[in-house]
Amino acid sequence: MKKALPALAIAMASLLGSAAYAADAPAAADAPPHQSVDAGGDAIARTCFGCHGVDGVSRGAAPPLKGLPASYLEQAMTNFKSGARPATIMDRIAKGYSEGEIKAMADYFASLK
Amino acid sequence: MSISRRGFVKAAGAAAALSTMMFGTHNVRAASGSKVIVIGGGFGGVIAAKYIKRLDPSIDVTLIEASTTYATCPGSNWVIGGLRPMSSITFDYKNLAGHGITVVHDYVTGIDAGAKTVTLEGGNTMSYDRLVVSPGVDFADNVAGYDAEKAPHAWKAGPQTELLRSQLEAMPDGGTFVISPPPNPFRCPPGPAERISMVAHYFKTHKPKSKIIALDPKGKFSKQGLFVQGWKDNYGFGTDNSMIEYRHDTKVNAFNADTMTLETDVDDIKADVACIIPAQKAGKIAFTAGLTNDSGWCPVSATSFESTIHAGIHVIGDASIASPLPKSGYAANSEAKVCAAAVVAMLKGVDVPEPAWVNTCYSLVAPNYGISVAAVYEINHADGKIASVKGAGGLTPMDGNRMLEAVFAESWWNNITGEMFG
Repeated sequence: MKKALPALAIAMASLLGSAAYAADAPAAADAPPHQSVDAGGDAIARTCFGCHGVDGVSRGAAPPLKGLPASYLEQAMTNFKSGARPATIMDRIAKGYSEGEIKAMADYFASLK
Repeated sequence: MSISRRGFVKAAGAAAALSTMMFGTHNVRAASGSKVIVIGGGFGGVIAAKYIKRLDPSIDVTLIEASTTYATCPGSNWVIGGLRPMSSITFDYKNLAGHGITVVHDYVTGIDAGAKTVTLEGGNTMSYDRLVVSPGVDFADNVAGYDAEKAPHAWKAGPQTELLRSQLEAMPDGGTFVISPPPNPFRCPPGPAERISMVAHYFKTHKPKSKIIALDPKGKFSKQGLFVQGWKDNYGFGTDNSMIEYRHDTKVNAFNADTMTLETDVDDIKADVACIIPAQKAGKIAFTAGLTNDSGWCPVSATSFESTIHAGIHVIGDASIASPLPKSGYAANSEAKVCAAAVVAMLKGVDVPEPAWVNTCYSLVAPNYGISVAAVYEINHADGKIASVKGAGGLTPMDGNRMLEAVFAESWWNNITGEMFG
């Protein structure tokens, strides 16, 4: 039983991964087999804190992100990326992320209460 | 390369949940009680300490920093230009205790990578399971006769910043400020041009007959097009009445402190106030501990920032070789978070997570005139190196909104320092 666990976990991770993001997930096998330091978009979201504050609680003109609806954050990033929404800097930064990464970041900030 | 990172995001949530469940009692070591020491309380070290603790509160985290106060290099040019008082960019480390971090104010004199110990000037020896070194930069002897009192570099914020500011305040109207930017690579690539801008603002508003001469050994500098446009818009750059004269490919070989003269291959330039920023290398402890290579900087693994010379020691911030990430405060912040996740993973015995980095960097040309550069980075799994995400990032457009970017520059400073010292 003990030996079977890792293989089972990898298989389940692949299954869940591709099931959850079937629309744009051809490459679940490319993903690291497992890790337990971070989940989802945490690591990417943390790169936002320097400008938007810890957990998106801003101390300045940069908009707060904490607890905003994921749909709003996703649309904002998608529109910055396409240029549909004008920006001073976010148009340049949003172009660095895939749809899946934008969704993961949006889910992260939306999950913070 | 982006495929790999994107693949990670898709499966990571599910995988993380599963790994906790499936491996929790078997393969994964407890990091509980592990000891991490962080050396250096700047933009890299403070963030590394905070995020190791945030990711696993059971880890014992100690930050060792000689000074009890910290003045931020970002914003220090604003002090030199008279926009802010020194006190407004100066912090202490008291809030870190509330985050569960032990702060020791002492100076590290040695690291024993084999025994995994750190020796302090105060006499104590401390042991670690993993060590994070964020020592910033040190200065080379590339200008003969250099005198940090007569030609302050002010490239570490603090007393040097106040010294340069006071020398500019004491200078009579009609005087000449001569600045010598360093050769590459160095901390804060747009910093010298922002300093020129802030001194120009001070002269324009207080000493309008004064001049600025820049003697730059390099042929070009960061954000050059935007700075030049800003100097034209604000300080008459390029006209007969230009406040700023910028000489490229002009190396300062020597400084005569008695005559306040900077000697170049072409001529000698007399200054009323001089700022010579020497060539740079990794902070002293990186050399003492043998963490540097022939370049004078520290080679590291891109995914963990673990030294490729000494296992168990991670080097982040300006001292590390992390190109194409620049030697900037935001890059150090981003590197610290990647390093923190890797340190926690390695202590737990799980895979080091997929890294993600960003750099955003604002400069003020004038109080209501800001410019920026940004980039998003990912790991290139083919060669294990850091790569800029293609098509992303770049400079403020030439027709961008300078007033808004000045507001966001201040917001940037508020948030990044709040993340460190809040």
